[in-house]
This record gives sequence, structure tokens and C-alpha cells, in this order.
Amino acid sequence: MTHSHGATGRVAAAGPETVAGHAARQTVAAARRRGRRRTSAVTAALVLVALGAFTATLALGEFDLPLPEVIRSLTGPLFAKATWESDFFVLDVRLPRVLTALLAGAAFGLSGALFQSLIRNPLASPDVIGITSGASAAAVVCVLVLGLGGMAVSFGALVGALVTATLIYLLAWRSGVSGYRLVLVGIGIAAVLSSLISYLMTTTQVSDAQRALEWLTGSLDGRSWPHAGTLALCLVPLLPATAVLARSLAALEFGDDTATGLGVRVASRRLALLAVAVALAAVATAAVGPVPFVALVSAPIARAVLRGRGPALTGAALAGAALMPVSDFVGQHLVGSTELPVGVVTGVVGAPYLLLMLATTNRSGRGG
Amino acid sequence: MRSSRGKLLSGLGATLCALVVAIAVSMGVGTRSIPLSTVVGSLFPFPPHDMDHLAVRESRLPRTALGVLAGAALGLAGAVMQGVSRNPLADPGILGVNAGAALFIVVGIDVFGINALNGYVWFGFVGAALAAFLVLAVSSLGRGGATPVRLALSGAAVAAALTSLTTAILLINVDAFDQFRFWRVGSLAGRDGSVIGEALPFLAVGAVLALASGRMLNALALGEDTARSLGRHVHRDRMWAALSVVLLCGAATAMCGPLAFVGLAVPHLARLVTGPDYRWILPYSMLLAPLLLLAADIVGRLAVRPSELQVGLMTPVLGAPVFVLLVRRRRLAEL
Repeated sequence: MTHSHGATGRVAAAGPETVAGHAARQTVAAARRRGRRRTSAVTAALVLVALGAFTATLALGEFDLPLPEVIRSLTGPLFAKATWESDFFVLDVRLPRVLTALLAGAAFGLSGALFQSLIRNPLASPDVIGITSGASAAAVVCVLVLGLGGMAVSFGALVGALVTATLIYLLAWRSGVSGYRLVLVGIGIAAVLSSLISYLMTTTQVSDAQRALEWLTGSLDGRSWPHAGTLALCLVPLLPATAVLARSLAALEFGDDTATGLGVRVASRRLALLAVAVALAAVATAAVGPVPFVALVSAPIARAVLRGRGPALTGAALAGAALMPVSDFVGQHLVGSTELPVGVVTGVVGAPYLLLMLATTNRSGRGG
Repeated sequence: MRSSRGKLLSGLGATLCALVVAIAVSMGVGTRSIPLSTVVGSLFPFPPHDMDHLAVRESRLPRTALGVLAGAALGLAGAVMQGVSRNPLADPGILGVNAGAALFIVVGIDVFGINALNGYVWFGFVGAALAAFLVLAVSSLGRGGATPVRLALSGAAVAAALTSLTTAILLINVDAFDQFRFWRVGSLAGRDGSVIGEALPFLAVGAVLALASGRMLNALALGEDTARSLGRHVHRDRMWAALSVVLLCGAATAMCGPLAFVGLAVPHLARLVTGPDYRWILPYSMLLAPLLLLAADIVGRLAVRPSELQVGLMTPVLGAPVFVLLVRRRRLAEL
């Protein structure tokens, strides 16, 4: 009796605070739960979209295949033998193409998110550090001057991108690299390279120039196993590296001083992150050309649907991996017999979405 | 402010002198060199079959005037754009001007069969204006209004969408691509005087608006809240500034094609000289940009005589090394 009375008294004395504290904790927990639930819902939705595009690309085309046939081809002679047409179209033509699209999209999305977070600029995409301009100039030289095609162009583009990125970094280096100086040097170098591209494009046969234009637009046409395999091989070390390095990204976003205070070795971490972002964008660009917009828009899309701030790396990678195959599918089937390169479609698909998002978010700065 | 008023004024005077020299050289130099006395003579009535006089009157004069006007317009537009968006990556093209002009010109070639440079001008200008209007409309829809981030993102989005459409047409129509690839480089050659006359009113209004916006841009540079507490109507100011950019950059792009590097780099160069005060950045940009453009045009005419390289090719080749060097040398006045 006394005991219970005492207990009641204690509860009564501490009551208001504990109840308020409890309520607050519950609210926070609920908000976190909602956030987590939203994240997993969005992740699931993005994966579903990517899978849908994957399946549709494998099944539909010049030669439509029923879904069971596609699955039989994919699983090999494990269950039942597929027809040779199915094997040919699914395994030799469509699978490498759609895998290239998925991987390149993820790499673009990831690298765009890293750049935007590192340079703290919503306009920052891999073009800033010369990936696009370097790869494009090298590819145009390969196509128009050296008369190369296929994997040779991809390899040239990769070399061009990495050399240009290194050059820009070194030119911007002056006892450390500030984001602002990096951006400005990038502008200068990109302008010179685009002059080179324009010069080559205006001094050759128009048909050759148009082939170069297709590469410059970003295209998955004719991407086969060597492309998909090389891209996958490059991503094997890059994705885990990104995952490890990204832990300090959130701290870096607070600014250099705060990040140092939080125990992050700012300069070396930033260089490592930058290198990873450059490598991701470079291998993706080499594989499919400088597809516009995927790197720029994946992170804002991810952030907007997740309703969060911060880098949202996984979301950005998934958004990129969904955007690319969808765009390629649309490009192959939209205009009758003419096949549009994926780069045309990413712009037309991605842009209105970003615009809609900008128009409907009601707090300034959201979506950026 | 980094330098005193007097120093900045004399620097402005020196830039003006350099520009005058560049104009004189631009009139005299080219596939055929013409002495200065003949250049001056051709500005007055002259014997009708004198080839030197004709060359100056019919080709060099419009070309030089175009260089000066387009350069000044792009320099001013670039400075205003960077001030409004507070983003070092913002060139006037961020309003979608270049992409809009390009799309309309390609449609003009593809659908209406336009094939003269003079015919491009109106298509280019209307396209530039519509694209910019779209960007501004979208970016000011949400509750926050046209904040720099929204402006940048919606500009990038509209530009990407329009460019994709342009590319789609170019990949399907070889003939359109054959014409368009030359326009896209950006050139001062082959435009006649009437083009300049048509664009002049737009340029004049745009220049007045831009030059008057120095104080406003200074206030905006302090941040939206501070600007508001200084008595600025932030939204209205941004719209005026955007209008001047559309007029200036739209007219320049319609006349010469997209010359992105000028609008992007020159304000940064001006900022290196003047510090962050837009009342100085604007006039410096207005004089430095045509200087760069004319110098590039002159070098382009001399580099591969008797042929020539378009100004759009030469501007970055000439400007970028200087730009990178200066960016490395100086302590940067950030936006």
C-alpha cells in the first residue's frame, strides 16, 4: 500500500516531464519509421521500374518474344531449351545492351550525386571536371580522324576522360583544391575541347559527322558483351570503394571546418571521393557516350522522392539504373522504325520530371 | 573593393582603348589586308568599284560591329546571370537561351526550309525568348519563387529537354544537320547589316536594364534576406535581370550562334580585376567581352589564310589559357 502510494507519488511528481519526453521520443521514432518505410518503398519502386524496363527490353523489339521464352533463354538449358531465335535475341543482342544501360545508369547516378555533394553545387555534374568534354573530344578524334569504331572508341573515350580530369585537377591545384577553382578551370578546359570537337565536326563529311553526333548524344546501339563485361569489371572495385568512402560524405557536407572537427581527414577524403566519382563517370561515359542528364538529375530525383537531404547515394544509383533502360526502351519503340539514341530520350523523359518536381515542391531549395 | 575608384576607372579607359585598337585591326586585317587610310576612306563616299572599299563596307564593317555588339551583350548578360543566380557555373545559356534558339532554328531548317543566315535570326530570337520564359515560369511556380537553385535546375532541365529534341531532328534529317553544324559553332562572318539593325533595339533595352542593375545585384549577392531588408523586391529584381539577359543573350545568339564561353568566362575575368562590386563588373564585362571576341575573330581570320576559322572556335582557344592562368594566379573573389 505504502509502496504503491509511493510509486504513484513518484509518477505524479515526475509525470509531466516523462510523459512529454515519452511523447517526443515516440514522435521522433514515428518520423524515423515513416522515413525508413518511405525509403524502402521508394527503393522497391525504383527496382521494380528498372526490372520492368529490363524485361520489356529483353522481350520486345524487331522480333517479339513471349515472356516464358525469354526466361527459358535466361536460365539456359537448366529447365527447358529455348528456341535459337530467343537465345540469339535475348542473350546475344538484348541482354548485353540492357545490362550496359543498367550499369552505366547506376554509375552516372552515383557519380552525379557524389559530385553535387562534394562541390556543393546543384549544377555540378561530371562535366565539371571534364569527363564529358574529354571523353567526347577523344571519341570524336577516334571516329573522325582515326576512323575507329566499337570498343576502340570506348577505350579512347576512357583515356580522354581520365587525362582531362587529371589535367583539370592539376591545373586547379594550388596548395589544395577549392571547389570554386576546380569549377572555373573545368569551364576553361571544356571550352577548348568543345572547340576541337566543333572544328572536327565542321570539317568532315556530314555523314561521318552524324556518326560522331550519335556518339556525342549517348547511344546504346550495338553495345555487346565486351562493353557490358568491361563496364561490370570496372564497377566491381568502384562500388565497394564508394560505399566505404561515402561514410564521410555527410560530414563533408557540413563544410571543411566542421568535418575536420568531426574527425574527417578532409583533403585526402575529398580527393579519394573525387577520384571515385571521376572513375564512375568515366567508365559509364566510355561505355555509352555522354548521356545527358542522368548524372545531373538522378540525385535530385532520389532526394525528392525520399524527401530527404544529403547525398542519397543508393537512391541516386537506383534512379540512374531505372532511368537509363526506360529511356532506351522508349527510344527504341517511340518513333516507329527510327531508333532514337538513349541520350535523346533521357533529356525528354528526365527533364519534365525534374521540372514538375521543381514546380510542386513548396519549400525553396528543395529538390536541389 | 580591391582597388580604388581611380584605378578602376583608368583600367576601364585602358580596356576601351584596347577595344578601339581591336576594332581598327578588325577592319583592316583579313584574307586581304587593307591599310588604315583606306578603311577610314571607305566610311565616306568612294568610287563604286574599289574592291578594298567594298570589302570594308560590305564585310568587315558589319562583322566588326557584330563582334562589338554581340560581345558586349554576352559579357553583360553573363555578369547579370552570375549575379542573379549566384552560381559560377551559370552562363546566360542557363536560362535555356542557346537551347531554345537552336531548337527553333533546326525546326526552321527542317520544317520551313530556311537556309539563309538572315532567316535564322528571328527563329533564333523567338526560340531563345520562349525557352527563357519557360525556365522563369517553372522556376517561380513553387512558394519560394525563383531562387537561384530552382533557376539553375529548371534552366538545366529545359535546356536538356530542348537539346534532346534538337538532336533527334538532327539525327533524322541529314540536311538540317549539315546546315546546323556550322551555325552551332558560332561565327561573325556572312551576316549583313540589316540583321544588326533588327537586333539593335533589343540589345539597347537589354543593355540599359543590365547596366542599371549593378546596385540590385550587389544587394542580391548578400543573400535574399539581407537584400530584402535593404528594401529590395527580390522577386521583381530577379525578373528584371532575367529580362535583360533574355534580350541581350537572345539577340546575340540569334545573330552569331551560341558563344557560351564568352558569357561564362568574361565576368569571372572582370571579377578578378574589380572585386565583387557589380557596378564595376558590369561595365568591365561589357568592354572585355567584345575585346576577346574581336581578338579571336582576327586570329581566326589570320590563322589559316586564305580560309578562316569561326570565332566560336577561336574564342576558347584564345581565352581559356588566359582564364585558367588568372584563375590559378589570383585569390578568387567568390560569388
